[in-house]
Order: sequence, then C-alpha cells, then structure tokens
Amino acid sequence: MQNTAPLNWRRFPERYLLRGSYCETCKQAFFPSRAICPNCRRKGKLISIEMPRTGKIISYTRVHVPPEGFKNEAPYYLAIIELENGAKVLSQIVDSDPEKIKIGAKVKKVFRRIAEPDEYGTITYGYKFKVVE
Amino acid sequence: MEAGIVAYGVYIPKLRIKVSEIERVWEKSASGLGVIEKAVAASDEDACTLAVQAARVACEDFCIDPKRINAVYVGSESHPYAVNPTASIVAEALGTSNKYFAVDMEFACKAGTAGLQVCYALKKAKMIDIGLAIGSDTAQSKPNDPLEFTAASGAAAFFIGDSKEEVIAEIEHTCSYTSDMPDFWRRPKAEFPEHTGRFTGEAYFKHVISAAKMLMEETGYKASDFSYAVFHQPNGKFPLKAAKILGIDLERVKQGLLCPYIGNTYSASTLIGLASVLDVAKPNEKVLAVSYGSGAGSDAFVLNITDNILHRRAKVKVWDKIKEKQYIDYALYVKHRRKIKL
Repeated sequence: MQNTAPLNWRRFPERYLLRGSYCETCKQAFFPSRAICPNCRRKGKLISIEMPRTGKIISYTRVHVPPEGFKNEAPYYLAIIELENGAKVLSQIVDSDPEKIKIGAKVKKVFRRIAEPDEYGTITYGYKFKVVE
Repeated sequence: MEAGIVAYGVYIPKLRIKVSEIERVWEKSASGLGVIEKAVAASDEDACTLAVQAARVACEDFCIDPKRINAVYVGSESHPYAVNPTASIVAEALGTSNKYFAVDMEFACKAGTAGLQVCYALKKAKMIDIGLAIGSDTAQSKPNDPLEFTAASGAAAFFIGDSKEEVIAEIEHTCSYTSDMPDFWRRPKAEFPEHTGRFTGEAYFKHVISAAKMLMEETGYKASDFSYAVFHQPNGKFPLKAAKILGIDLERVKQGLLCPYIGNTYSASTLIGLASVLDVAKPNEKVLAVSYGSGAGSDAFVLNITDNILHRRAKVKVWDKIKEKQYIDYALYVKHRRKIKL
C-alpha cells in the first residue's frame, strides 16, 4: 500500500473546492495555485480563491487504457476545461451523453471519487465535470 | 421561532436499472414490490460523494454559507470507510470552518433521521448556528437476492436552524420507537447484508406504526391533521399500507413516495420523500414523517410549514430531478456497483 494520504491531504483545497490563485495586479486566475504570478513576477499579488464551478470544454479525449487506480472507470472522457474566469482545468467528464461531449459544451463541477489505488489505501476524492444544458 | 429546516437538497444518481431487467437475468418476478426502476450510483460515486452533492445543491439553492455549519452528521449503512469519518470529508468538501461537531451515524435506514434529531436538539440547546444532517446510501445487495430489486442509491441533506427569516418547516415534535429486532444486518467483513425475508415486514410495521401513534399521542394530532405523510420506503407498497393502518388518506402519501421510480435509498429514503413534500407544501400545513431502520427503530416527526416556504424552496423539484436518467443493463449495473472484481 502506498502512503499517499499526506500528499493528498495537502491538495484537498485544490481537489475539493477548486482553490487556485488570483493575481490582484494583472487580474488573472491560475489553477492549480501558483507561488508567484508568471506575468507580474515580484510585482504580482497572489491571493487564494475558489474557482468558478462552471466552464466550457476546449479539448477532450476518450481514455481506453487507464493508469493504475482508474481501471474501474475506463473507458472515460478527459477534457481541458476553461472556467468562467479563464483558468484551465484538466478533468474527467462524467454523467454526460457522449454526443454532448464536444468543444464548447458547458460543464459544471461535481464531487466524485478520483482514484483508489487498492482496497487498503485512502480513497482520493475531488472534482470532475458534467455537461449541462 | 422553533428550530426547524432552513434548507434541503437532494441528489439522485443519473443511472437507472429497470426491475424488469433484473427479473430477466434471474428469471424471477418482483411485481409484488411495486418498484419499476431504481437509481444506481456510478463506479466513482459512493455515500460520501452523494452526500456532498446533496449538501452543495442545498447551499446553492438556499444561499447557505458553509461557514455557518457547526454540526455535520452523515447517516449511512454504506460509509466508504470502516474507520475514517464520512462527515469530515463532506464538511471539508463543502468548505466549512473547522469548528463543527461531527460523527457518522449508522442505524440501517434511519441513520439520516437520527442525525436530524441530533441537529434539532443541538439547535434547541443553542449550541450551533446551523446543523447539517444527511442521509446517504449506495445500498448493497447480493446478486439474485430479493434486495437486489430495490436496493438503490441517493442522498438528502437537511439544514437545521432557527432564524425566523430562514425556517421553512418548524420541527414541532419528534420521538423514536426502538427495540432489539434483528431483521436485517451485515457482519463486519461481509460484503452484502442478510435479512429475514417476511420478518422484515413485521419489524417495519411494528416500529413505523408504533412511532407514528406515539407521536400522535404526545402531540394530540389526528391522522386527518396531516396534509402530507412520508414513511420509509423499502418498496412501493409498505408506505401505503402503513398509511392505511394509521387512517391516513393515501393521496397524502403519494407526493413523498419516490420508491417506485428510484428504489429504496435506505438512509436517504424518508428524507428524499420529505424533500419532495417541501417542494409543494403550503404555509401552515402539517407534515408527518416516519423513518424506519432495521435492528430496529423508527423516528417520527411532525413539521409545521411556515410562510418562508413561499420564497425558499429547492430550485429543481425532486420529481423533476428524477427525470434526468440514463438506463443501464444488468452487465453495466454489476460493473458500476463493483460486483465484478478486477
């Protein structure tokens, strides 16, 4: 059993609440969080914010050969989503008709199991997205 | 203002399997159960994710700031961990502060209403601002067992407070009828629960009827005083029979009777029915709600609907939520419910 619990715990704000960064100087949002604004460097003033729960698909693929921990899921859709504030998120798409998973489709955040390495370790929870009308 | 419900939210997974599909596989008839189809959690859903979804929709619909939540009780018979609380994961995912009471509840199908009673008591004692009680289950059932026709997945979240601007349903009274009657159980390392067949019906009616009568005796209400009645729904017929025994018009049960279309959602069953009643109830109407948990016990409540209901309701009614569905066959059902071991 891999002891991934401490690593996962440090990412709870990101995975549970989509917490990222926002630079008050250049007004740009970043996900995941940044230690320093890539635009403003030392002049940037980053704060932690919860990202919007909705966005749109800007690219996607269908995964048939999953990595460890995702065997129960395959086949599944993976997409790059642009959130309403411009930040981009890589996420699984669930609960969606395959015909509706397309570039430009509106999506909303849902809370799901992300991975389960084995039956003894901790379960990783976090965000996925679903297509909404 | 009496302590009561200030917000509610329901989550029902999108997947459905028709009872006729399970009948086809096992060449058995389940027509006597009064269930047409049941909700199935996807393979990446569990009682915790369902609970979070139900609570989040309530926070959004009723503009509840999660930082106000000082108590989180999650009732389930399918908590994802044997040791490690669901309640703390749910709270973290909602974005509460760290100042909250929390524990996982377990009492078969009545663990959710037990959480409701605890939140109500904490609110009456003025120990919390808002308490959150959730009933959530991804009910397990052995293949080819009678339970497989009904054991379903769903969650309902109820927020308890006493602000006169927020309370939509005052909890006028609650009581419980409990006894040691083992009609359904699961031992620690068993994957699926066991049950005693028809004896479960005897246990259901003994506790549900006794709790409802106890509540009426203690409050002075008669069956005709209730505009709506909600009972635990292990199948589509037991709640109607319970209403008939108590002398309650069957028409007053139908609004909260979801089991024929989503199955038995265990800890969420009574609470989803109650949410459906709150979707349509009018001010000053009285609602009777009686849960049932094997082992065995029933929690009974009488609620008084307030004027706030006119401007504080869920954005999507429960009967509309269940329309969003995707049918699966038995093969996909066993995949999603992890009955296939990879």
